[in-house]
Amino acid sequence: MSQSSDGTTLLPALTGRRWPAGRVTGASGQHGQTAAKRVQFTSRLLPYLFLAPQLAIIFTFFYWPSAQAIHSSFYLEDPFGFGSTFVGLGNYTDVLKSGEYLGIARFTAIFTALVTFFALSIGLLLAVKADGVIRGNAAYKTLLIWVYAIAPPVAGLIGMMFFDQHIGPIVELARWFGWEIKVGLNYGDTAFAMIVVSVWKQIPYNFIFFLSGLQGIPVSVREAAAIDCRSELRRFWTVILPLLAPTAFFLLIINITYSLFDTFGVIDVMVKDKAANNPITLVYKVYMDGFRGNDLGGSSAQSVILMLVVFVLTIFQFRFIERRVHYN
Amino acid sequence: MHRTKILDHVILLIGVFIMVAPVVVAFMTSTHEAADIHRKGLSLTWGGHFAETYGTVLTREGGFTGKVTGFNMMMNSMILGLGFAIGKIVLSMLAAYAIVYFRFPLATFFFWVIFTTLLLPLEVRILPSYEVMNALKLTNTYTGLIVPLLASATGTFYFRQFFKSVPDELLEAARIDGAGPFKFFIDVLVPLSRTMMAAIFIIMFVYGWNQYLWPTLMTTDEGFFTLVRGIKQILLVWVGSNIPDYNEAFALAILAMLPPVLIVVIFQRWFIKGLTESDK
Repeated sequence: MSQSSDGTTLLPALTGRRWPAGRVTGASGQHGQTAAKRVQFTSRLLPYLFLAPQLAIIFTFFYWPSAQAIHSSFYLEDPFGFGSTFVGLGNYTDVLKSGEYLGIARFTAIFTALVTFFALSIGLLLAVKADGVIRGNAAYKTLLIWVYAIAPPVAGLIGMMFFDQHIGPIVELARWFGWEIKVGLNYGDTAFAMIVVSVWKQIPYNFIFFLSGLQGIPVSVREAAAIDCRSELRRFWTVILPLLAPTAFFLLIINITYSLFDTFGVIDVMVKDKAANNPITLVYKVYMDGFRGNDLGGSSAQSVILMLVVFVLTIFQFRFIERRVHYN
Repeated sequence: MHRTKILDHVILLIGVFIMVAPVVVAFMTSTHEAADIHRKGLSLTWGGHFAETYGTVLTREGGFTGKVTGFNMMMNSMILGLGFAIGKIVLSMLAAYAIVYFRFPLATFFFWVIFTTLLLPLEVRILPSYEVMNALKLTNTYTGLIVPLLASATGTFYFRQFFKSVPDELLEAARIDGAGPFKFFIDVLVPLSRTMMAAIFIIMFVYGWNQYLWPTLMTTDEGFFTLVRGIKQILLVWVGSNIPDYNEAFALAILAMLPPVLIVVIFQRWFIKGLTESDK
C-alpha cells in the first residue's frame, strides 16, 4: 500500500475521474472478469508464457515466504540451530501476553492515529486552498508535492538535524517556550520528532489526491452550491466534503498503512538500533526480534499478526470500493 | 472576498515554507564546514565549500572496508531504481496482456493468485523473505536486491485497467490484417501504452530508488549499498565522533533525494497521472 508497502489502491474511481460505462474500476476480480474483451486470442501456450515470469517471481518471493512465516510462527527454533519444536499457538500467546509488545502496540496505535490525522488534515487544507487560488496555482502545486520523492530515512536524517541537541532549530525554538527537546533520550520527545517527520513526508501524497479529487467535482455542482449557500465554510462542510468522502476514505487506509509500515525508515534512522528506551512501532519490533534478537518463532508470529491487520484493512477497503461501484 | 484570497495565499505560503525550508536549509548547510556548523548551527546562507564537500562525499573511499564511495552507492541506487521500474513494466505488461487478451481455462485462478499479493506488503514478511533469499544464495546480489520487490500485482492491475479501455475494434482490425498476438502487442498495444509506461516508470523508479528496509536486509557487502541504505551507516559512524560531519551527512541526504526529486518535478504531469490512476 502506498508509496511503499506497495499498493493496494488502484482506485481511479476515487480520484474523481469518471470512467466510461462498463469499465469497472474496483480491483475486484469478478467484476473484472465479466468485463472481458469481446474478442480474444485463443492459444494453448501463449498466455501461460506471458504470465510465467510474473508468476515465478510471485511464487518464489511472495507465497513461499508468506507460507514460511505462517509455518515458523507455530514452531520454536532452537537458538543454536538444532531443529525446531512445534509449539502450537505458543508463540502467539507469548507475544500477546508480553507487556513490552502491548506497549509497542499501544504506541503504534497512537502514532498511527496522530500521523494519519495530521497528514490528512494538513493535506486537505492545502489542497482546498490550492484549488481555490488561480494565481500561482502551478507553482504551489510543484512546491507542495516534491517532498513525495524523498525517501523516509532521508527525511529522518534531515529531521535528526533539525532536532539535534547542538544545531537543531526546532530544539532552539522549543527552548524559548521552556521545552527542552531531547530526541533519543526522552521517550516523548523522540516520539514527537518521529511524528513530525512522518507527517511532513506524507503531506504531499494526501495533497495530490485531495487536489485531484477536488478538481474532479463538476463546475455545475460548485455553481449550484454557490447559489444555494453563501457561506464558503458551510459550503465546504455540506457539499464539498461529502463529495470528497471516497477520496478521504481511500487516503485514510493508505495513511494507516503508511504509518504502520513505511515509517520504518524514519524510525530506524531516529532510534539508530538503540530501541531500548525509544518508541518503536510493531514493524520495527518484528525487525528487531527477527534480525537482532534471532527469535524466529516470535518474529514470525508478530508478522502473521500484522498480516491479519493489513488483511482486515484491505478487505475493508475493497468492500467499500465495491459498494461504491454498485451505487454509481 | 478579497481578504479571504490573501488568507488563502498566506496559508499556502506557510505550507510551501514547511515543505521546502528544511531541504533548502539542508542544502545550504551542506556547503559549510563541519566545524562552522557545529559552532553556528544550521545555515541559510551559501558556505562556499560546495565542490569540496560534494567531491569528498562522492569520491572518498570510506565505510568499514574503506572501499565504498558515494558515487558507488549512487550507481547502486540507479541500478535498483531502473532495474525495478523496467522489470515492473515488462512483467506486468506481459501478465496483463495474457489476462485481458487471452481466453484460457485458468485465467480467473491466475488473476486471483496475482491479486492476493496486494494483501500483504513486504514489510510483514521480511524475515521469511530473507531466509528464502539466503536459501537461494541471493543476498548481496543485484538480483536479490531487485527481483523480490517485483513480487506484487500493482503494475499488473494498472495495465489491466488500461488494456481494458483499449477499444475492441483495434484488435478486430488487427486480426483482419492478419496480425498475431506478438505483432498486435508490439505494434499496437506497446505504442498505445507509451504514456502509461512513462507514468508508471516514474512512480516505480522513485519507489525503487527510495527502498530502505529491503536493501538493509539484503546487502551486508558495502559494494552493494545504495545511497538510501548508506544513510544509516553514516549516522552510526557519526554518533561517536566529537564534531560530527554534519556537512557530509547533509550532502549525502541531498544526493540521495536529487534524482527522484528531479524526476518528479520535471515529469510532474505524468507523475501525478501515474500516482492517482494506479498508485504503485
